[in-house]
Formats: sequence, structure tokens, C-alpha cells
Amino acid sequence: MDFLNFLQQLINGLSLGSVYALIAIGYTMVYGIIKLINFAHGDIYMVGAFIGFYSVTLLKLSFIPTLILAMAGSAVLGVIIEKVAYKPLRNSPRITLLITAIGISLLLENGFRFIFGPNPKPFPEVLPAKIIYLGPIRIGLIQIIMFTVSMVLVLALQFIVYKTKVGKAMRAASFDTETAQLMGINTNNTISFTFALGSALAGAAGVLVGIAYPRIDPYMGIMPGLKAFVAAVLGGIGVIPGALAGGLMMGTLETFTKAYISTKLSDAIAFSILIIVLIIRPAGLLGKKTNEKV
Amino acid sequence: MKTKKLLSFITAAALLITSVTGCSSKTSSEDVKEIKIGAMLPLTGDIATFGQSAKNALELLTEQVNKEGGIDGKTVKFVYQDDENKPASSANVTQKLINDEKVVALVGSIGSTCSIADGPIATENKIPMVTPTSTNPKVTTEGGEYVFRACFIDPFQGTVLAKFASEDLKATTAAILYDVANDYSKGLAEYFKANFEKAGGKVVAYETYNTGDQDFNAQLTKIKSLNPQVLLIPDYYQTVGIIAKQARTAGITATFLGGDGWDSPELFTIGGDAVNKGYFSNHYSPDDKAKEVQDFISAYKAKYNTTPDALAALSYDAGKILLDAIDKADSLDGVKIIEALKATNGTFVSGSVTYDKDRNPVKGAVIIKTENGKQVFEKKVNP
Repeated sequence: MDFLNFLQQLINGLSLGSVYALIAIGYTMVYGIIKLINFAHGDIYMVGAFIGFYSVTLLKLSFIPTLILAMAGSAVLGVIIEKVAYKPLRNSPRITLLITAIGISLLLENGFRFIFGPNPKPFPEVLPAKIIYLGPIRIGLIQIIMFTVSMVLVLALQFIVYKTKVGKAMRAASFDTETAQLMGINTNNTISFTFALGSALAGAAGVLVGIAYPRIDPYMGIMPGLKAFVAAVLGGIGVIPGALAGGLMMGTLETFTKAYISTKLSDAIAFSILIIVLIIRPAGLLGKKTNEKV
Repeated sequence: MKTKKLLSFITAAALLITSVTGCSSKTSSEDVKEIKIGAMLPLTGDIATFGQSAKNALELLTEQVNKEGGIDGKTVKFVYQDDENKPASSANVTQKLINDEKVVALVGSIGSTCSIADGPIATENKIPMVTPTSTNPKVTTEGGEYVFRACFIDPFQGTVLAKFASEDLKATTAAILYDVANDYSKGLAEYFKANFEKAGGKVVAYETYNTGDQDFNAQLTKIKSLNPQVLLIPDYYQTVGIIAKQARTAGITATFLGGDGWDSPELFTIGGDAVNKGYFSNHYSPDDKAKEVQDFISAYKAKYNTTPDALAALSYDAGKILLDAIDKADSLDGVKIIEALKATNGTFVSGSVTYDKDRNPVKGAVIIKTENGKQVFEKKVNP
């Protein structure tokens, strides 16, 4: 009985974690390339959810077109934010970029609240809420789809980053931007492409969450954004597989804490474990220690 | 040199502005032609339907009273402010209503967490406040001398639900899933637990979540394994709908119970079939044949083309209780109004109201069953 309970909770944790992973990857990619923690990233996830919401309610699209439209919309938004807010500050001190990111975050949250109202909106049923039984274990069809879509997107991303020229450019630019430029790589386009990819993933996460937990509101990006940021750091910021691992870990850690320790302290314990991991391994679990060569 | 001049100019301007806003004049009741009452309500946010119902009811009341010539010849005017069910916003708009709008009394707020924040401000400024629907006891105990309410309190609601669970549903095991950051949810959970255990039942799970959480699977899987007969979800309709849905998907077959936070048609839009065959305690039922109830319902239906919910009924009552007190006090002075409020003794839409020493009314409750997307009156419970 206990083992089955454990398995059920593991499934809960993994499906929750796959959402964090999708958002965390965006954080880590942007940090890897321009060393910026894009605090507005959680809100791009929120925008993706809203685009998905209106695609379903106004345009009456089905699941896959909604997902594609949300991803495209989020990608465009990400690129616009980069061009308007971050590019002009590329040579400014890091703290300026950080504050700008926070500003964009607040702008998105309150702007959406102003335009669409602060009332949470119920996401209509796009996918049937079927339950799949593996013996006594129940898995929601939506949970499976969430996990599967996340994995597919991550694999696609790995393909892009390691098997295409653009991916190579991304890796080069994140290693050393100036040298990459000297080698003839158009770093501006590469950076924009990175933002587009990261934002598309966040947008996909937003749609998936909107479908799985059918309630969206302009502030929904704050907590998941924070947890995904923690996940990215936990896995090693700047390392894409690290973000995936970190995301899944955060999800399962949160679920197991709620299940076996205490629901009241779940957030506190999850974040405390993060602190402990970072004290032991400051670069994160999969992070590489970079030595500053003088 | 230039910056020093600019700085001193700004400082002077700031001092000038603050000195002007600091002034407030107490107007005597003779030369005031209207009675201004402030209403801080969640017109938007997670309990928007509650705020809207409250506003509708107060507007109906305003229309009725002014048609009869107002109070002592003065017209009644309610000034509405949206607090989005956020305590910080609520405290803010309460302050605004008192300082800028110069209201003589307040009706609001709806959510207990907000009213608990507003109460001390009202008492400090000697402005009487009647909350229509906040059921947590702390609203009056922490709010102070000037805070009253029109509804029963959660210790009573918890008892009613616990009694219903053990005597009517014959349940011996119960699970509770509540919002640890919401005073209403927390209070109701505590009182239900205490009374259910006193009646001999066993609370097998007492789990929490945070306001705004979307994923309850971890807690629900835990609860499912303990197999309770009844699951108490003491929260507002938005969250209840989502939890109910996830609970059914997780395989929980228990009967769902809840409090007056369930009272919204959106409960069914959000929760779908998962919220059917549940029960919740409420302040009034449209099926009640009493004259006050039926008169109110026909007037509300004539104006808004829909049956009023408990939020509307209680807000109507809160407004009426306040206006009756102002009429009896024959004054707009806060001190005199609260004396009149304390002596309230009448029958209103949601029942008869007299105040105890904590400024809480002693009233009955009803149990409502959710069936096929509608509310069905189940039984009445007297204190």
C-alpha cells in the first residue's frame, strides 16, 4: 500500500516538475548567454497561458494549434522584450539589467491586470479529463500529456542546441561572447534566438498549466517563476540538462514534502534543501565551476 | 547649488501637501444633506461575484430608502471602493473612504482577512463598520468597539457543519483541506475539527495549502489513502471548484462539505460535476417562505433579473441595520450610532438580529445541497 502511494506521489511530483523544468530551461539559457537572470520570465509563462486561453475561447482552436500559437506568441514577446529593454543595456552593470528585468515583470503583471482584469479566468476543457489506470495507480491523461510534451520539447531543444549551426552559435556565444563575435557569429541574432526559444518553452508551460489547473490570472507567474528560478540554480545555472533535472527535482521534492512531512512547511522545506545543496555544491548539481583566469 | 534649491523646493511642496490633507473637519448633522456610507467590497478578484452581489443589494437598498424620503430627510449615498479581496488594498480603501470621502459609516468587507485589517482603522477613526459576511470571530474581537457584523460567526458555522456531518450524514471519519493563509478557511477548519471530534468523529487528515496554489494532488493523494467519508473544503468557490475536480480525479469518493464561501453560481462553472452532491452551510435560502425573504427576493429579481445569493441578502441586511441605527440615533456621530447599533432588535432577510457583547448576532443557518448545478435547500439549523 505504501509503495503504491509512493509511486502515485512520484507521478504527481514528476508532472508538477515538468512544468518547472520548462520554465527553468528558459532561465538557464538566457543566463548562460548574457548572464542575466530574466525575472520577467515567469510572466512570459503567464502571457503564454493567456494567449492559450484566448485561442481556445475566442478562436476556438484545439490543443495543438493553441500550443503552437502560445509558443509563437511568447517567443515574439521574449524577442521584443530583449530588443527593447535588455539590448540597450548590454554594456551596463549587471544590476541595471536586473532592475530592468524586475520592471518588465511588474509591467507585464500589472499591464495584463489592467487590460484583462484581475479576476481569475477558468480555462475551458480542451483535453478530456480521462484517467488511466495502471493497477491501482491513477494517472490523469492531462498529467501524461504535460509530462510528454515537456520531454518532447526538451529533446527538440537538445537537438537544436547540439546538432544545428544556430545551436553551435548559441553555445559559442554563451562560452565567450566577444570571441564568438570575432569569429564572425552574429551575436545579436543569436541572443534574440535564445530569448525566443526560452520564451516559447515558458509559453508552452503556461498553456499546459492552464489546461491542467484550469484557472489563470495575471499573477500566476510569480510563484512558479520563483520556483523555476530556484530549480535552474539547483541544477546549475547555465546548464540546460541541469535545468531539467532541477525542475523535476523541485517538483518531486515539493510533492514528497507535502505527502510525507507536512503540507504547511512544504515551501519552507523545499527551499531549505536548496540552500543546503548550494552550500555543499555552489555551482548547482550539474554546474561547472568556472575559474576566473586573470 | 542647483540640486540644493530643487531639494528644498520639493521638501516645501511635500510639507504643504501633507498639511492640507491632514485637515479633516467634522461636519454637524444639521447642514449635511446626504448620508455618505462607504462600502469596501471585492468587486474584482477571486471572490468578485460576492462583491458584485453585495453592491447590487446595497444599490437596491439605496433606491428603496431614498424613494421613501431617505433618513431624517437626508438622502442616502453609498460610495463603493474595490479592495480585490486583498487585505492591504482593503485597509487602503478604508482609509481613503474615511479621509477623502468623509463617510460617516462603513459597510464591508466581504472576506474575513480584509475585514480584520479594516476593523482597527474604523475604530481608530470612530467610524461604525458593519461587515455583511465576514464570519471569522477575530473581526470583532480585534476590530474594536466600532465593528459589528450581520452574519453568524465561524465557531457556529463549524458546529453546524460538524453536527450535520455526524448526525445527518452519519460520518465517523472526516478529512479537512484548508488554506493556511486565509483566516476564514483556517478558522472554519479549526472549529469544524473541534466540534466533529467532540461529537465522536475522527479527523483523519488535516492538510493545508497556500492561497493561489493550483496543484493539490500531493495532499489529495495523501487524503485518498486514508479513505475519509467526508472531505471539508472551507474555501471560496474558485478554489473549491478546482480542489473538488482534482479530488474526484484522484479517486476520492467522500462527500464534500463547505461553508458560505461556496455560495456562487461560478462554483458549478469551475467545479463542474465534481461539486454536485455536496453540502454547504449558508446564511439564508431563497426557498424560505418568510415575508422578509420573499419581499427581498421579488424586489431583487425585479431589478436584476436573478435570484439573490446569501451575499446579497446579508449586504442588504448590513445596510439596513446600519441605516436603522442612524435613524434611531438621530445623528451622524459615530459614538451615538454604535449605541443604537448595540440596541438593534429586528427581523431581517437573513433572520432576526440582536447583538451579543462581542457585537456578533445570534442567528440560525441553513444547509444547502448542490445538485445538478443548482443549490437545493436541505434544512434549517437554529442556534
